[in-house]
Amino acid sequence: MASWEHFPHEADIGVRGAGPSPAVAFEQAALAMTAVITDPNAIRDEAEVTISCEAPSLDVLLVDWLNAVIYEMTTRSMLFGRFSVTIEGLRLSGKAIGEPVDRKRHEPVVEPKGATFTELRVERDAEGRWIAQCVVDV
Amino acid sequence: MDISALRQISENHWELAASGKMRVPVVFYANRELLEGMDEKVRDQATNVATLPGIVKASYVMPDGHWGYGFPIGGVAAFDAERGGVVSAGGVGFDISCGVRCLSTGLRAEEVEPMKEPLADALFAKVPAGVGSTGRIHLDDDEMAAMLEGGARWAIERGWGSREDLERVEEHGCMSGAAPEHVSQKARHRQQDEMGTLGSGNHYLEVQRVAEVFDSQVAYQLGIEEGDVVVSIHCGSRGLGHQIGTEYLREMAIAAAKHGIDLPDRELACAPLRSEVGQRYLGAMRAGINCALANRQIITHLTREVFSDVLPRAELPLIYDVSHNTCKEEEHVVDGERKRLFIHRKGATRAFGPGHPELPEQLRDIGQPVLIGGSMGTESWVLIGTEEGMKLSFGSACHGAGRRMSRHRAKKQWRGSKLIKNLAHRGIIIRSVSMRGVAEEAPGAYKDVRVVVDAADRAGLARKVARLEPMVCIKG
Repeated sequence: MASWEHFPHEADIGVRGAGPSPAVAFEQAALAMTAVITDPNAIRDEAEVTISCEAPSLDVLLVDWLNAVIYEMTTRSMLFGRFSVTIEGLRLSGKAIGEPVDRKRHEPVVEPKGATFTELRVERDAEGRWIAQCVVDV
Repeated sequence: MDISALRQISENHWELAASGKMRVPVVFYANRELLEGMDEKVRDQATNVATLPGIVKASYVMPDGHWGYGFPIGGVAAFDAERGGVVSAGGVGFDISCGVRCLSTGLRAEEVEPMKEPLADALFAKVPAGVGSTGRIHLDDDEMAAMLEGGARWAIERGWGSREDLERVEEHGCMSGAAPEHVSQKARHRQQDEMGTLGSGNHYLEVQRVAEVFDSQVAYQLGIEEGDVVVSIHCGSRGLGHQIGTEYLREMAIAAAKHGIDLPDRELACAPLRSEVGQRYLGAMRAGINCALANRQIITHLTREVFSDVLPRAELPLIYDVSHNTCKEEEHVVDGERKRLFIHRKGATRAFGPGHPELPEQLRDIGQPVLIGGSMGTESWVLIGTEEGMKLSFGSACHGAGRRMSRHRAKKQWRGSKLIKNLAHRGIIIRSVSMRGVAEEAPGAYKDVRVVVDAADRAGLARKVARLEPMVCIKG
């Protein structure tokens, strides 16, 4: 039931995660963001980074989570192919698992600059699945 | 975009009258074809900008307007602090002071033609480009603060360039009012190894041939003529600017209600110019501008080193350096009265007309060069600011072609390797770490830059000077 996809934005790209809970939808949204850069399946599990954040609402929490992942990616020069997220109230603790960027093997396309409030939504869809989405500036 | 509600003033000048919560009208500078090709969201976003407190005269959309975040890309808006005007982190964007700088080389195309391959290889090896690339410069805390205060001037003091360069950069290479203390530790951390790097996406370094000259007098004063070779560098403030944008956008979005601002779209995140957070953002954003100016200065130096190895006869003086994503305090005449206003240019270029005191002496008679970056493998343009543009758009013009197709669609439509081969057949050498990145930046994914430039020229925002065609493109 967990899945991710991209949705179009004229200049940049939208990331959308879906799952049975907000936490799973957040994990999938982060995977969608990785897929903007490279194939998530090509990333090895070599190191784990812990991330925590807190926000005044669930949708701002998604922006904070994705921005925290961007920050860890850029400052550690890493790519993450797996995520695990726990959300209690409006507090998130998560793990990003991946490896250092290998420019030959990963052929990274573009670096996300930041997650935006554009098309930002964290809500249940008609089938009851949680959707977590926003546009990422690249 | 549905243009039925717009009133046509002239071929390239349209207006959407103020209604509802709008405080001013929206003015579009574009022809019918460009307008009809714009996304509906461009009108929605420009209309939202028109509702912000303290906005002066109009919310403007340049000919390359497209759907952005809060503000449309190609959006210009002026705010008056005395009338409760705001500064918007969304109105500047994530890549603070992303811009283009153009260098002449003193070389003719026929001299460079046989050396294109080694030149491309040497530039690709020397100028870090693409995701995960870091520069050879590591900034400690003191140097980071000095860079954020000093901009290109700091870079020149460290040996990356010459004093003459500064005259040809907006703000003479150093944005005053920068407040490094309002730039977070996280933003500094993102930048400490990224000085002198191009970044990715639509950023590039191109060796270009002056293919056509439209105003030989101005071209002569800029030191270029048909058949000359120039170098254009398109990049910005890298991780530091992105982090400043991220943090202040969040803070302003959440705090807007406290300031009594009813945001029609959270991405318009703004704060009164005369608020504590507004002032902090201005200081941090100006430090971000300095970071971009320093970054382009270092890349200029690296480019000069490559040319001195590969084509030693070359000399690369700076023609000009423009910034796209900024909010700058400027003096403008509004209804006959001189006012200090805060001009947001989101994906728009400053285009001061002749005689403006901010211009360096050598350019004061002709106006500010406006450097329009085209898409990979197409063409770029040099325009010049006009007196008329000062009245039309607070001295602003377009900044590029603007996308007509999402990355999503572009990557499905093209293959990077095939594009590179096709461009090579046309004599254009591409170097990139990512084939998918090349596909997403395919020339066909962008609007025709000529239509955009013609509209800017005919609207009177800026006048055409020269058209540049790529010879070598190092894609970020």
